[in-house]
Amino acid sequence: MATKQIIRMTVNGEDVELLVEARESLLEVLREKLELTGAKEGCNNGNCGACSVIFDGRLVNSCLVLAVEADGKTITTVEGIARPDRLHPAQRAFLEEAALQCGVCTPGFIVASKALLDQNPNPTEEEIRRFLAGNLCRCTGYHKIVLAVQKAAAMMQEGV
Amino acid sequence: MKPIDYVRARTLDEAVLLLRQGGERARVLAGGTDLIVQVRENRRDVDLFVDIKNIPETNRLEYDPEHGLTLGAAVPCYRIYGNPAVAKAYPGLIDAVAMIGSVQIQGRATVGGNLCNASPAADSIPPMIVYRGVCHIYGPQGSRVVPVEEFCTGPGQTVLGPGELLVWIHFPPPERHAQAHYLRFTPRNEMDIAVAGSAAYVRLNGERIASARVALSAVAPTPLFVPEVGEYLAGKEITDEVIRQAGELAKAAARPITDMRGTAEQRKHLSAVLTRRALRGAIQRAQEA
Amino acid sequence: MAEEKKQFRVIGTRPIRHDGTDKVTGYARYGADIHLSGMLYGKVLRSPHAHAVIKRIDTSKAEALPGVMAVITGRDLPEVADRLEELGEQVTNIRDESHNVLATGKVLYHGHAVAAVAAVSPHVAEEALKLIEVEYEVLEPVLDVLEAMKPDAPLLNPNLRTRGIGEEDGKPSNIAQHFQNKHGDVEKGFAEADYVVEREFRTTMVHQGYIEPQNATAYVRPDGSVTIWCSTQGAFAVRSQVAQLCKIPVSKIKVVPMEIGGGFGGKTVVYLEPLAVLLSKKTGRPVKMWMNRAEVLQATGPTSGSVIRVKMGCKKDGTLTAAQATLIYEAGAFPGSPVGAGAGVIFAPYRLPNVQIDGYDVLVNKPKTGAYRAPGGTNAAFAAESVVDELARLCGMDPLEFRLKNGVKEGDRRADGPRLPRVGYLETVRAAMESDHYKTPLEPSPDPTKRRGRGVASGFWFNGGGPSSVLVKVNEDGTVDLIEGSTDIGGTRASCAMIVAEVLGLPAEDVHPHVVDTDSIGYTSVTGGSSVTHKTGWASYLAAQEVREEVIRRAALLWSVEPAEVEYHDDGTLTCKSDPSKKTTFKEIAAQMNRTGGPIEGKGTINAGGAGPGFGTHIVDVEVDIETGKVDILRYTAVQDVGRAIHPAYVEGQIEGGVAQGAGWALTEEYYYDEKGHLLNSSLLDYRMPTALDLPLIETILVEVPNPNHPLGVRGVGETPIVPPAGAIANAIYDAVGIRLTRLPMKPSYVLEELIKAGLTS
Repeated sequence: MATKQIIRMTVNGEDVELLVEARESLLEVLREKLELTGAKEGCNNGNCGACSVIFDGRLVNSCLVLAVEADGKTITTVEGIARPDRLHPAQRAFLEEAALQCGVCTPGFIVASKALLDQNPNPTEEEIRRFLAGNLCRCTGYHKIVLAVQKAAAMMQEGV
Repeated sequence: MKPIDYVRARTLDEAVLLLRQGGERARVLAGGTDLIVQVRENRRDVDLFVDIKNIPETNRLEYDPEHGLTLGAAVPCYRIYGNPAVAKAYPGLIDAVAMIGSVQIQGRATVGGNLCNASPAADSIPPMIVYRGVCHIYGPQGSRVVPVEEFCTGPGQTVLGPGELLVWIHFPPPERHAQAHYLRFTPRNEMDIAVAGSAAYVRLNGERIASARVALSAVAPTPLFVPEVGEYLAGKEITDEVIRQAGELAKAAARPITDMRGTAEQRKHLSAVLTRRALRGAIQRAQEA
Repeated sequence: MAEEKKQFRVIGTRPIRHDGTDKVTGYARYGADIHLSGMLYGKVLRSPHAHAVIKRIDTSKAEALPGVMAVITGRDLPEVADRLEELGEQVTNIRDESHNVLATGKVLYHGHAVAAVAAVSPHVAEEALKLIEVEYEVLEPVLDVLEAMKPDAPLLNPNLRTRGIGEEDGKPSNIAQHFQNKHGDVEKGFAEADYVVEREFRTTMVHQGYIEPQNATAYVRPDGSVTIWCSTQGAFAVRSQVAQLCKIPVSKIKVVPMEIGGGFGGKTVVYLEPLAVLLSKKTGRPVKMWMNRAEVLQATGPTSGSVIRVKMGCKKDGTLTAAQATLIYEAGAFPGSPVGAGAGVIFAPYRLPNVQIDGYDVLVNKPKTGAYRAPGGTNAAFAAESVVDELARLCGMDPLEFRLKNGVKEGDRRADGPRLPRVGYLETVRAAMESDHYKTPLEPSPDPTKRRGRGVASGFWFNGGGPSSVLVKVNEDGTVDLIEGSTDIGGTRASCAMIVAEVLGLPAEDVHPHVVDTDSIGYTSVTGGSSVTHKTGWASYLAAQEVREEVIRRAALLWSVEPAEVEYHDDGTLTCKSDPSKKTTFKEIAAQMNRTGGPIEGKGTINAGGAGPGFGTHIVDVEVDIETGKVDILRYTAVQDVGRAIHPAYVEGQIEGGVAQGAGWALTEEYYYDEKGHLLNSSLLDYRMPTALDLPLIETILVEVPNPNHPLGVRGVGETPIVPPAGAIANAIYDAVGIRLTRLPMKPSYVLEELIKAGLTS
């Protein structure tokens, strides 16, 4: 049996320290050990984006990061996107535009949309589609998701 | 996944020592976007991950117009396309690193890993070949260099010997009136693996092509450098017929297989189409360079 | 029965869905999100062969691995008899299902479950699977329906004999069923035709592609009572299947439906639930299981690949005279393809004096097929709509004019027998003709290597109903809770809550919908057949009416008048006819309910019939790269008769999603098997579902022809939109390059092959 290692990371602003095996992914540790089940396992090999988190400022698939690689890193999951009293504009726009159906891909889309809007406050439809191509949705046909991201961009520009 | 060990190497020597000790079942971990999946799906038997992301040399991303580009093996795609000077000097490389996987994948995946994974369909390798990339390898016997086109020896196979690792890839500075373009064909517009791909580099001399290099992906057991296209194009005037002929030479060089991602006939055909399109793209960039 | 078109206050608006906040913040609980004390993790060992006899299974090494708590094989499942179980759009035989969840004797497809392990971590469970020794005698697989139908084909089940008509000789066969639907005389009809087109089409198996893999957690207590938490379209269907498969009384089983991450028909049959129950029973601890994506693709219930032959004839003026079809569908490892539904869909939009349809359900060494959104419809419509397009061209007619001329309306007879009630097919065709899309000419591509074309196609789905139960209870603050048993995949909690809000004169957000477990609500059939807003919406309507009546009684009591004196207004206020000074509101009555007779509740139970059939007509513009064979969708418009759109945003959402799945089926999705029956593309990288970058905005036009058999005019909407896309895209490709494609998917290698044959590229 391989040795276990203690890792320390900051998850949604909170410092956590835990013992992990090297074979455990960040996704697995978030879900099964920290019980942050917002990130979903859709494929476990980087092809669906349902497990998207922000990892030291970058959008990544948490299924493709080992928990041991997260030692010393800062992670934001979907649970850390909203403020206590207020949803993020992307979250509000997804609700208002009916941009979710079953909702299982939604956490990944919310995290990815936030990452997009943080780096590109006014994306075109093409830019939205390209950026979100790593997030699969099987319910919506993406139509309302694209509209929601555009609306979130407008909300952020207007500061609402 | 089976039980596995993980060590974060801090120096090249430490990494080499770990790789030697671990033998065949030790494996360098950079972005992990291929390797983690392979181990998880029992496609690669590994006992030890040697993480090289904390070694200074593998993180180098240094460019200057005199010395060219040094691209560390652990530098993820997003850092490459996020560097404006690199993006301007090597747009053909950017074509590839901006299309590997998804934004999420590009946040982790490295060009070094793409090279060491040695997939015939690797997107970044053909542009590295045409930009005359040279792999700097460090191992128990010290350093050595190998041109990118000689690095892969078969599907998943490279020239790396026991205890060796890829440290960085070096590219000569951009030439005047020269540029490259990489294109691939995939059934989906993103999140896909090349059915075939072509990278073309051209240096112009007025209306003529002074020199050219073409390399293909997914049409041979390794990414394929096709010197005969460059030999044919050298000194030729740019005409539709010349470009068509160049595409035919690429097609003739391709020796693809049929698999779930495409048929051999389709890949042969696409080698010509994509080479024509990549050449036109490269010529346009070279004219602007 | 439908309420006349009146001014609705809530119906037709677009409130924020009630479960939305939890879904955008990550707090919604899906099946795999559950975490219980002492929980173990279960994994399944699957067959590497498509067809083999299991000679021996040795689990001793796996059992000896530290951390392994139990191992089960097919022998741990009780023997069960043949019994058919209705699952919405699918009927399953419990005996087959038992053999499907854990193989006994033979494995019938790559990925067929042979053993399962419970261990302290998912990794230990996976390691244990590698230690289970299975000795197989590999048999020749049969993968193609036409091969499987030959008399000398390898047999999957040597005891299977063809059910149905005609030629059965009592010999074992892979043909599970042959049926024929017929009226009129097709030979006479073809003789009358000026043009006859006959073609053969082939399609491959495709998957629903829900993003959440199957999962199940079970806990069997020492007293024998069982709780199952899972991702399902029907908690009661899970209860019934597990009860039969594990021989446990239904009264001992509680199924808790968690949020469901997509189903599209694929989550009605159980796969993991009985295994989790057996493993929990053996270990005395809760066991959580979930599939990885390869397991989902290899071993759940995709829909059938098919061979479809279509022959249609018409007169020069476009009048159809006859249509004939043979549909041969892959059942997979056990009988039960949706060929019957395919036969119902194939010519449904057309009035046909003479029609004959033969259907075959054929076993092959592939997973047992399951329901997938309008099961069997997309491939059938692809075939028929391509032939209709060809006939319209032969007549020199606009393809929508052709459909208008031949389209069905109320009273016309379907090929499979029944006469149609009021439907809105012709209305969809007219709306398509009047759409901005159809009226805007398609500009040619400026790029000489690209050709553009426009295509149209129509589609039909039966839609379903079934039993459903709803409770509405009033809270003292004037809000109400809506308790229902229909798992919500696409926003049905919102639509049912809106119906209650409409009846009671409340804002939509004052109705709180809850999907509850099988102990907490009456029987409710699966979320399938586009039935929920129809049946559970209807039950919600009945329950709300009951509350409304009671509120009227309470007001009458307070005012000391007869209930007939009380008027309940649409805005939730109540007045007294005889005394205009008396006024109250739903909220005030609610606040006083415990002083006026106690809690107020209403219930609605129904076995809803009268589902309104759905028709749609789609328009698509494509661009074909003639050098590569790649097809891009430039513009898409879907017109559909939706009956009455309760929440139009989620009605549009159903249509947009159906189009996206149809487009994937048309262009890139396929099951890719090698000649030995190994599924080679069992990942979301190589099973290519459309990404955001593969689709344009999808325009929707909602035509509302209320269903006369529903109190609010509701028709099912979810399935119809997946039916037309493949045909519409094929017709657009023909318009672009003049090539009639007859295979799905119309993937680049196939399109390129045809472009080369046609001399359009070299």
